[in-house]
Amino acid sequence: MAITTEREGETLIAMAADRVDGANARELQSDLEEAIQDTDRTVILDLQQVVYISSAGLRVILLTAKALQRQQAKFAVCSLSESVREIFEISGFDKIIPVHSDRAEAITALRE
Amino acid sequence: MAKRPYKILVVDDEPDVEPLFRQRMRRDIRAGRYELVFAHNGVAALERLNDEGKVDMVVTDINMPEMDGLTLLEQIPSVDPDVRSVIISAYGDMKNIRTAMNRGAFDFVTKPLDFDDLMLTIERTLRHLEEWREALQSRDKLVALQNELGIANEMQQSILPTQFPQTDQYRVFASMEPARDVGGDFYDVIRLSDGKIGLAIADVSDKGVPAALMMMSSRTLLKGAAIGSAGPGLALREVNDLLYNENETGMFVTVFYAVYDPSTAQLSYSNGGHNPPLIIHHDGASEMLPLTGGIALGLAPELDYEQNTVTLAPGDMVLFYTDGVTEAMNDDKEEFGEARLQSLFNGSHEHNPEETIRKVFDAVHEFSGDMPQSDDITCLTLYRSEAGS
Repeated sequence: MAITTEREGETLIAMAADRVDGANARELQSDLEEAIQDTDRTVILDLQQVVYISSAGLRVILLTAKALQRQQAKFAVCSLSESVREIFEISGFDKIIPVHSDRAEAITALRE
Repeated sequence: MAKRPYKILVVDDEPDVEPLFRQRMRRDIRAGRYELVFAHNGVAALERLNDEGKVDMVVTDINMPEMDGLTLLEQIPSVDPDVRSVIISAYGDMKNIRTAMNRGAFDFVTKPLDFDDLMLTIERTLRHLEEWREALQSRDKLVALQNELGIANEMQQSILPTQFPQTDQYRVFASMEPARDVGGDFYDVIRLSDGKIGLAIADVSDKGVPAALMMMSSRTLLKGAAIGSAGPGLALREVNDLLYNENETGMFVTVFYAVYDPSTAQLSYSNGGHNPPLIIHHDGASEMLPLTGGIALGLAPELDYEQNTVTLAPGDMVLFYTDGVTEAMNDDKEEFGEARLQSLFNGSHEHNPEETIRKVFDAVHEFSGDMPQSDDITCLTLYRSEAGS
C-alpha cells in the first residue's frame, strides 16, 4: 500500500509517505481509488511524510481531484514539506488544488 | 476457451503397450485431456513428431530396434525443442537413466510400469510445460513492449532539432539525455519573423508511450502557437486551452517559452509551471530568472500566462533545463538541486553554449554516480555574444 487511511467524522484522510514518483504513482492512484467511497464528501491527502513528489505523482493528485469533483466531493492536500510545497508552487498546482498548512486547517476549510 | 487435449507420443516396441495405455488412460482420453499417438521405434517416433503437428510430450522406452530411446532423445530438440520427454527404463539401470537425463529427459519411470506413478509423472511434466509456455509468452510480451518503448524513444529523439542558430550576435545549443523509460522532455528552437527566435523547454508528466505522445502533440501545438501569436504569454495560453480540451488522462506539461530578439537583446518569456532558467553573467555571477507564476499546461482552461522581459548583456548565458537536472539523485537520496547547479558556474566565464551544457551533464553524472537515471535530462542554452551588438 502506498497510503494509510483514517476517517475523522465524515472526512477521509489518506496519508502518503516517502517519495511519490514514477515508480509508485500508479500504486498510489489505485490505492486512492480503492480507499475513496462513492459516498465520501470530503477527502484530504496528508503529505506530511512525503519528501518528494514527481510530476507523475502530481498527475495522480490531479486525477483524484477530478474524480472527486465528479462525485461533488471536496478535496484538499495538507502538511506539505518545504520541498513538496516548492514543487506545488513552481508547477502552479497550488493554484488548482487547495493546499492547507495542516490537517486541522484542511478539515475546517472543507467543512465550510 | 476449451483447451485442446495434450498430445502424448508413446514410443515402445512392445506390441501390447498401445492397448495397455489406451485402456489405462481411457477416461482422460474420453474427457479430452489427453490424445495418444504411438510409434514402435525412434525413427518412427521422429516421423510422428514431424507429421502429427504439435506433440506436447514423449514417453519412450530405451531399448528398441532401429533407433533406441537414448538416440531419440538426442534427436527430439532438432524437431521441436519444447517437447518434454519421460523415459521408461529398467529398474535400477542408473547408467541409462543418467545418460537420458543428461540428454534432456525431463523425468523417468521404471519397469515394471506403475501406471499411477506414470500418470503423476505425466501430469507433473505437462504442468511444467505449461509454466514454461507461460514464461515464454510473458517474455515475448515483454520483448514486444520493450520494442514499442524503443520506438517511442526514437520518435522522441528524432523530432528534436539538432541544428541550432549560430550567428555573430547569439548562439543556441540544446541536448537531451533520455532516461531508460521513455520520458516526455522536449525542447524546440523556432525561427520567428523579424529575426526573432522562439526557445522552448518542456517536461510532460509521467513516462512511457502516453507521455511520448503527449510530448509530440504539445510540441506541435506550441510550434503553431509560437509562430501565430504575438508573444510567449499568448502562445502558452493557446497551447494550454488546446491541451486541456483534449486531455482526459490528467497528463500535463510544464513549459518555459521565451522569445529572443537579437536586435534589442531582449528576452521575453512566460512560464507554465516549469523550473526557472538560470542566467549566468559574463563574470560568473548568476541568478534564476524571476518566474511569472503560470500553471503547468493542460490542467485548467482559460488561464492567463503572464510575461516578463529581461535584457541580456553581452556575454550572458541563459540555461534552460528540466527537473531531470535538479532532481537527479545520488545514492544518499540527495537531489542535485538548484544551488548545486548555480554553484557550477561561480566565477566561471561561460561563452560556449555547448560546453555549458556539457558541464551540467558531467556534473549531474558525477553527482548521481551509479544511481540509474530516472528522468530525462534536458538543457537548452542561449548565449549573447560579447562582440556582437
